[in-house]
Amino acid sequence: MKPVTMTKQLYELTIHEALAGLRAGVFSSVELTQALLDRIAAVDDDVKAYLTVTPERALAQAAAADQRRAQGEDAPLLGVPLAIKDVLSTEGVRTTCGSRILEHYVPPFTATAVSRLEQAGMVMLGKTNTDEFAMGSSTENSGYFTTHNPWDLDRVPGGSSGGSGAAVAAQMALGALGTDTGGSVRLPASYCGVVGLKPSYGRVSRYGLVAYGSSLDQIGVLAKEVRDAALILQVMAGWDDRDSTSLPLPTPNYAAALTGDIRGLRVGVPQEYFIDGMQPEVDTTVRVAVAHLQSLGAELVPISLPNTDKALPVYYLVATAEASANLARYDGVRFGYSAHADAMFENIRQTRGQGFGAEVKRRIMLGTYALSAGYYDAYYLKAQQVRTLIKQDFERAFAQVDVIACPVAPTTAFKIGEKTDNPLEMYLSDVFTITLNLAGMCGVSVPCGFDASGLPIGLQLVGPHLGEEVILRVAHAYEQSTAWHTRWAPLSN
Amino acid sequence: MHLTTDEVRHVAELAKLRLTEAEITQYTQQLAAILDYAELLQQVDTSHVLPTPYVLPLANVMRDDVSEPSLSNAVAVANAPDKANGFFRVRAVFEE
Repeated sequence: MKPVTMTKQLYELTIHEALAGLRAGVFSSVELTQALLDRIAAVDDDVKAYLTVTPERALAQAAAADQRRAQGEDAPLLGVPLAIKDVLSTEGVRTTCGSRILEHYVPPFTATAVSRLEQAGMVMLGKTNTDEFAMGSSTENSGYFTTHNPWDLDRVPGGSSGGSGAAVAAQMALGALGTDTGGSVRLPASYCGVVGLKPSYGRVSRYGLVAYGSSLDQIGVLAKEVRDAALILQVMAGWDDRDSTSLPLPTPNYAAALTGDIRGLRVGVPQEYFIDGMQPEVDTTVRVAVAHLQSLGAELVPISLPNTDKALPVYYLVATAEASANLARYDGVRFGYSAHADAMFENIRQTRGQGFGAEVKRRIMLGTYALSAGYYDAYYLKAQQVRTLIKQDFERAFAQVDVIACPVAPTTAFKIGEKTDNPLEMYLSDVFTITLNLAGMCGVSVPCGFDASGLPIGLQLVGPHLGEEVILRVAHAYEQSTAWHTRWAPLSN
Repeated sequence: MHLTTDEVRHVAELAKLRLTEAEITQYTQQLAAILDYAELLQQVDTSHVLPTPYVLPLANVMRDDVSEPSLSNAVAVANAPDKANGFFRVRAVFEE
């Protein structure tokens, strides 16, 4: 084990560095947690990554972790302070989903992914901002406030897990959980210059994740380095009897996959992911990153995913249809905001009309339309059929290659307010990420450079279903042979 | 694609959303634009393609029918905006 270098502030450590320090007794979890709470106090007024900070709870968890360690115990995340996206249920801690309709909602149970991290010793610092019900690409749809990109406070952090992305990028958490329905972990990772891992559908239990698009949603990780993302996935992955869509399969040893050796791996480069209209620096930077994989011994294979251009309309019909059903539960009766209108159905209409924000209502309307009598075959069924073709594109590609390398998004982070008037243009931010969710594949965003304005660019590595080991292996080899992961946003503390 | 405000009002009622007139107007335009874009799918021949509602091969996942501890009544209704005697309280359903 490398000695922990004390040239870094505690909040600047990676998770694996922090664990080394905790295990060696160089510092305590209380000291580490306090350093992160101080960092939050210093910079979150500018970044606005957290919806709720839970300092007393965090320090109590840290003290308990220190006590366990003093008694000779250890655990994979014992004493490590992390942040949790506010769409994951946390017993006793307000869970808003970025929505006014759940402003005062305190869940009576904890999401499996979060409870597994807590059992592994995590200290939870707080709940991070998100687009309302995870519907968005910028956090501008949050019912509370917009999170700012730590690299340029006038720009969005990406979404919907923008709070988690910005918290990690601004070093206000050692890592964070996000969720990814159409790119909501990978896009903020790319825009904020951190690692973002979306596991395969079924790999992580969705129990306690407030549902948006149930056939697409998956809990993921935002981290400073690939090794940290692999560790968090290791802890939270695996079958859960509370989620019938979690797979009853053993979890591989992800750390063992981080060999640094990618010689002989076949890396597919899809022509449809390098398109006209992309920001030229993103195109060239990602191509340089792909060439770097070749220099590490990988073999590049040009491939085609011909139905890529259909993915966006498929996604916005499938996801919104599922959302329109999932969000029917917000009726002002069992939990959440109520308009307290005088009649039963009028109360439901007013509660929903007042409680939901503009984008959520837009998506409920679109999904309801796509499912309604006379339009079901033309929109919803058609979208599910084209979804099959998109999935088959990937299956054909993965018969030829081990992993696919492409951009995460067509541009770097855009300006706050730039796309709020045009929903369709906003949706285009997800054009390279939604395909994976439709097909159930896994993907990771790893920093691969900066544009001329100093904004981060992400390289996306896509694996087949349950192919987390190969994407983590390639991402780690890339990361450790480049220096991008050592650069941090120049925020003043 | 042409979408009328009456169609949008109908969808809002299906979704039980009370929208303002300004929202009706705005959503009529925006949904039409998004549905126009979705017309791209009509060009794809799917006559022999099965739908994918769900990517996993799992079906009919069962568990043993055993009782387990569950939420107490007090916890179950704790978040209710209106409650009485351990029940969720609603306005009479048949008043409308």
